Amino acid sequence: MTLIHEPDLGTPAVANDHDVTLTIDGRAVTVPEGTSVLRAARGAGIDIPKLCASDNLAAYGSCRLCLVEVEGAKGTPASCTTPCADGMVVRTDTDTVHALRHGVMELYLSDHPQDCAGCARGNCEIQALAVQTGAAEVRYGRGGASHLDDTADTSNPYFTYDPKACIVCNRCVRACGEVQGTFALTVQGRGFDSRITAGGTDFLSSECVSCGACVQACPTDALTEKSVIQLGMPSRTVVTTCAYCGVGCSFKAEVQGSGDDTRVVRMVPWKDGGANEGHSCVKGRFAYGYASHRDRQLSPMARDSIDDEWQVVTWEEAITRVAEGFLALREKHGVGSIGGISSSRCTNEEVYVVQKMVRAAFGNNNIDTCARVCHSPTGYGLNHAFGTSAGTQDFASVEQADVMLVIGANPTDAHPVFASRMKKRLRAGAKAIVADPRRIDLVRSPHVEAALHLPVRPGTNVAFVNAMCHVIVTEGLWDEPFVRERCEDADAYLAFIAGPEHSPEATQDVTGIPASDLRAAARLFAAGPNSAIYYGLGVTEHSQGSTMVMGMANLAMLTGNLGREGVGVNPLRGQNNVQGSCDMGSFPHELPGYRHVSRPEVREIYESLWGVTLQAEPGLRIPNMFDSAIGGSFRGLYVQGEDIAQSDPNTSHVEAALRAMDLVVVHDLFLNETARFAHVFLPGASFLEKDGTFTNAERRINRVRPVMPSRVGKDEWQVVCEIATAMGYPMSYAEASHIMDEIAATTPTFAGVSFARLDAEGSMQWPVTQAAPHGTPTMHVGSFVRGLGQLTETVYVPTTERANRRFPLVLTTGRILSQYNVGAQTRRTPNSTWHPEDVLEIHPSDAELRGVTSGDVVELSSRVGTTRLTALVSDRMPAGVVYTTFHHPVTGANVVTTENSDWATNCPEYKVTAVQVEVVTQAARANAGAGADVPADAVAGRP
Amino acid sequence: MTTLTPILTKFWDDPQSWTLATYEKNEGYQALKKALTMAPADLVAMTKESGLRGRGGAGFPTGMKWGFLPPPDGGPRYLVVNADESEPGTCKDIPLMMAAPQFLIEGVAITSFAIGCNHAFIYLRGEVVHVYRRLLRAVEEAYAAGHLGKNIHGSGFDLDVTVHAGAGAYICGEETALLDSLEGRRGQPRSKPPFPAVAGLYARPTVVNNVESIASVPPLLLHGADWFKGMGTQDSTGFGIFSLSGHVKNPGQYEAPMGITMRELLDLAGGMRHPERPIKFWTPGGSSTPLFTDEHLDVPLEFGAVAKAGSMLGTRALQVFDSSVCVVRAVDRWTDFYKHESCGKCTPCREGTWWLKQILGRLEHGQGSEADLDKLLDICDNILGRSFCALGDGATSPITSSIQYFRDEYIAHLTMGRCPFDPNDAVLFTTKETVSA
Ligand SMILES: Cc1cc2nc3c(=O)[nH]c(=O)nc-3n(C[C@H](O)[C@H](O)[C@H](O)COP(=O)(O)O)c2cc1C
Ligand code: SF4
Ligand code: SF4
Ligand code: SF4
Ligand code: FES
Repeated sequence: MTLIHEPDLGTPAVANDHDVTLTIDGRAVTVPEGTSVLRAARGAGIDIPKLCASDNLAAYGSCRLCLVEVEGAKGTPASCTTPCADGMVVRTDTDTVHALRHGVMELYLSDHPQDCAGCARGNCEIQALAVQTGAAEVRYGRGGASHLDDTADTSNPYFTYDPKACIVCNRCVRACGEVQGTFALTVQGRGFDSRITAGGTDFLSSECVSCGACVQACPTDALTEKSVIQLGMPSRTVVTTCAYCGVGCSFKAEVQGSGDDTRVVRMVPWKDGGANEGHSCVKGRFAYGYASHRDRQLSPMARDSIDDEWQVVTWEEAITRVAEGFLALREKHGVGSIGGISSSRCTNEEVYVVQKMVRAAFGNNNIDTCARVCHSPTGYGLNHAFGTSAGTQDFASVEQADVMLVIGANPTDAHPVFASRMKKRLRAGAKAIVADPRRIDLVRSPHVEAALHLPVRPGTNVAFVNAMCHVIVTEGLWDEPFVRERCEDADAYLAFIAGPEHSPEATQDVTGIPASDLRAAARLFAAGPNSAIYYGLGVTEHSQGSTMVMGMANLAMLTGNLGREGVGVNPLRGQNNVQGSCDMGSFPHELPGYRHVSRPEVREIYESLWGVTLQAEPGLRIPNMFDSAIGGSFRGLYVQGEDIAQSDPNTSHVEAALRAMDLVVVHDLFLNETARFAHVFLPGASFLEKDGTFTNAERRINRVRPVMPSRVGKDEWQVVCEIATAMGYPMSYAEASHIMDEIAATTPTFAGVSFARLDAEGSMQWPVTQAAPHGTPTMHVGSFVRGLGQLTETVYVPTTERANRRFPLVLTTGRILSQYNVGAQTRRTPNSTWHPEDVLEIHPSDAELRGVTSGDVVELSSRVGTTRLTALVSDRMPAGVVYTTFHHPVTGANVVTTENSDWATNCPEYKVTAVQVEVVTQAARANAGAGADVPADAVAGRP
Repeated sequence: MTTLTPILTKFWDDPQSWTLATYEKNEGYQALKKALTMAPADLVAMTKESGLRGRGGAGFPTGMKWGFLPPPDGGPRYLVVNADESEPGTCKDIPLMMAAPQFLIEGVAITSFAIGCNHAFIYLRGEVVHVYRRLLRAVEEAYAAGHLGKNIHGSGFDLDVTVHAGAGAYICGEETALLDSLEGRRGQPRSKPPFPAVAGLYARPTVVNNVESIASVPPLLLHGADWFKGMGTQDSTGFGIFSLSGHVKNPGQYEAPMGITMRELLDLAGGMRHPERPIKFWTPGGSSTPLFTDEHLDVPLEFGAVAKAGSMLGTRALQVFDSSVCVVRAVDRWTDFYKHESCGKCTPCREGTWWLKQILGRLEHGQGSEADLDKLLDICDNILGRSFCALGDGATSPITSSIQYFRDEYIAHLTMGRCPFDPNDAVLFTTKETVSA
């Protein structure tokens, strides 16, 4: 494999059915109307030089290197800003044009370091162009003012900005605005004094979100990854998939060396990536260093008791211990006494193999997944309404949306690359309705402003969505033909939802959303014409999570917003492979492809292939495993890639359960919190070492390709197979692709999937079947997978968790951009520069009441536990609600969250906990001396 | 002998020339009342018929520009008045807005009605705070009198006018940079296409016109296209404000028919300041237009004839320089302006104007070599027609034309090793601090 250079045609592709034909240097070229001359020429292999243009940015026309001659046109137009026209005659190779290019290059070089490090590295487009245009020499001399003594800004942990090499082409500024949508960069000064600046401060202190789009866009050495400066240029590329969030961005891992000596130089988002189209966020692009972090545990370890020290053991010994341990427990306590938890971080192949081990080798259905704690209500609710446990659209669909309802999601932090696509669409004129207690960035950020922000109180989502549907039905805004033709139980539902108890006026005191705003939102959503719903864990992690998912399905069906581009019900998945791990049968009641274990014809498929008898009864869910462990009937657990001791709710209950077990096996990269209670530790492989697939939030199956061999000597699926084999159930695959072949052979929605097909197509969205051989971007076109769409009477049942006199505030939780989940990876990278600790956001009036100022250490307590955090007084919060993230184990936000959960799926109610906040240490005033008077506004007014 | 045609400048001497009352005494707002009874399309047709060409520099036919707007689609359409007047030498819009702002406001109302705009903007040069105050007051008066606002004179036509003050950049007079600036962005020119008529302010159909173009609309409408065409030449109809500055006896604004000559204007202005010093060079349309010399005194000041003679009519900013002036020094000063005002977007202008200034500075001080002259011309060649907008082109005009006419004077600097002129000779007041060599 060599380094992949993706061609840059200079300006974005134009979608137009009408073609035009022009002549460039005597050759006839046909392109869609609206295509630039530059793109047409480059597409035809005619290399017009360019510096300011890039095919992910709108043409800008500033470098003047791409000038050409056009017959009949005045002067020498810039080919990047000149659209092709029928019959146009273009010349790119004349003396005039050559003289011009030479002149421009000479001007560039007159203020460009002659000894630029970028030249030496070959990381610069200028250098190649100087050779191409023959402008090696500068006639102007080097006297007078220049920028050659400017100093570099190295504040960002991942890249530097060295103004010496900057040619002010503006690509970085435009990438920040057009691609990322943050608008952190601008040009300061004008004319010769023009300099790129991150809003007048250094990069780190600026609005920059460190997505790296500017670095990728920069044609010179001015913006360069520190890793490139340190290691030099990469020599080969492996295309793979980000292992952080559910967006599933494709990356080119650019590396040096091979085999065990492989070093990743940088990650560059892949232009052909279906989910990201060449963009990334700070996590995917930069935060891969955890894979080589010294904390990574590389050998298996074991101990008899959790109070003992760990002993390094061989793989053989470890696997024997695990297998014999599980066999003994099963012998003694029955077949149901052991189980496994699979991970949404792992590949489809790994998850499939784990559930197979549990069902075939353990002999029960005690397999569950960490998706339980995030998106299980999505699977349940969408399956109930439409017949498929997955989102209805692809990401590109947002480009056709006119109205977006964003609820319980904070995409700019949690799904940054998709958020950039949303913001692009919003800048183009689509409208957003943001339903969230917090004033998230989508409510208002540069060049984006939501039409409505509905500060829905935590725990009242169902009342909110019912009110939306109520307005749409009672005001006659519903899509009657769609409902009559494509849905069932419509009359009962319509009668139910028209009930006055659902009106915005009746529910406004519950939801906190003024009735007039709610009516405006319902009307806007109904008007569409394309209205799409995007939601996240703020929907699912509630006692009525599944109900809410059905409520949103009702809303989409009522307004006919399904079955085409630009609409739909779209979960934004938290982890990279939540979708995939659910697809792979990692729930106790479902075999791969969401087929219930009670269906004999489904069991039959696997029984005949696997040569075992499968149990027809669902196994234990994660919370039941914990309860049974404390009760004594559940004794042994295999946990892959999830830190249940930190990420599951009510930490003390989980710890008690783990302590109660005889054999806990942790299979992970790091000795995590759960490993404190483990008897055997099996080292895992990072995504850079894996061969397999991840399935993202849009059902897109992406390839994960090994950049380097496993650093622990074994693939994770291989370890699982060896455990099963050691337990007496032989399992083996020659390579990961054979696991996918087995998945394809047994799961109808994956029928057409194989590594070879994925490699050929880039990626595919399931279902991939004979009818849809290239996959299915939009689902439920024409009819629902279940036939008719199911309208459901979604009764609002308030959670029992309510603010009360002792715990008068409601805590809700979320994520921040630079960190990821429990932080096991991101905390082991310089991403912590931005988010060194979890903070508690609190509204100014709640803060004032408690004497809290920003920076104070406060105690956060609920009826189940207490923890300490630093407070941040913020008017992003509504009064009565406090907010924190859960990225750092010391904080342990889940120490306070309760055991409440979704009625249908047991997904924990992370988003609603009644709490109290009290000051422990008064940071700001401690220095001012005890008892010093602090003016009231100083206390209340801090941002 | 051509005589003056005071129309927009008619009552500037009135002690209260800027008030609505004075304006209404002088036919003010009669044209608007007439317009509101007409079909918008007829207003556009009449403007086309009059032959009025844009007064902002390029001379684009105004009626035709209005006609480029796509048919209404229910969304907003905008009129933006370019009141950024910053071209060195140009001083017509600012005095007009100071002395008789209601011409502009009535013109805005008529034009908006003609093109279907309900919100017009006046983008004013930021430095002229006094004009800003006057315009704000004039707009207020017009609202109070019902010439602006809702349902103007019972016609059902609504119009709001916003006066916006810029932040002090010459480039913001370029119409697309102006639009970016008005939208709150950094003022830099946009790519065309799309043209403002299709996607202008906030990406909506927009007409951008100069102050004087719009202010000419009320008299034109009131007296008719034939009256207008009765003035000026076939190439450039009507009247225009010619601003004379420099070494003339009576500098100021002279409103005259298009096609008047410099010789006639000089007469009207009382001749040269020092009658014994002949005119050496002058700009027909501001510093961005190639210099003229005494050879060109009889060129009719209309768009076509001036272009034929090798320059541009531009904004009719006639800066007059007598024999005491060093042309290299004058060009160096202008070049400094362009270097300072280059927005920095495109490379030829950003880097080129900087080098032009470096080299000219050297030459003015008698340093450098004859090769520097070629280098200057070479850079100009790299800028002219290659830069993104006309600012870059303009920067080359004084240089190439001065070398064309006064190459010997450049060489003299080199042979003498210094400037052959005493700069204090050329100024009105000798101030050693401001005029150092
Ligand atoms: C650098 C530059 C500065 C300009 N400044 C002005 C100005 O101050 N006022 C103006 O009316 N036009 C100015 N223009 C011309 C405008 O771009 C535009 O042609 C004009 O406003 C159109 O109005 P008109 O058709 O009524 O003449 C400038 C052009 C350039 C390139
Ligand atoms: S930093 Fe790089 S991308 Fe940005 S303007 Fe400079 S050269 Fe262009
Ligand atoms: S958006 Fe998600 S998948 Fe994409 S780079 Fe960031 S963390 Fe990775
Ligand atoms: S010519 Fe000068 S002013 Fe115009 S875009 Fe280029 S740099 Fe800016
Ligand atoms: S690529 Fe066309 S001007 Fe830069």
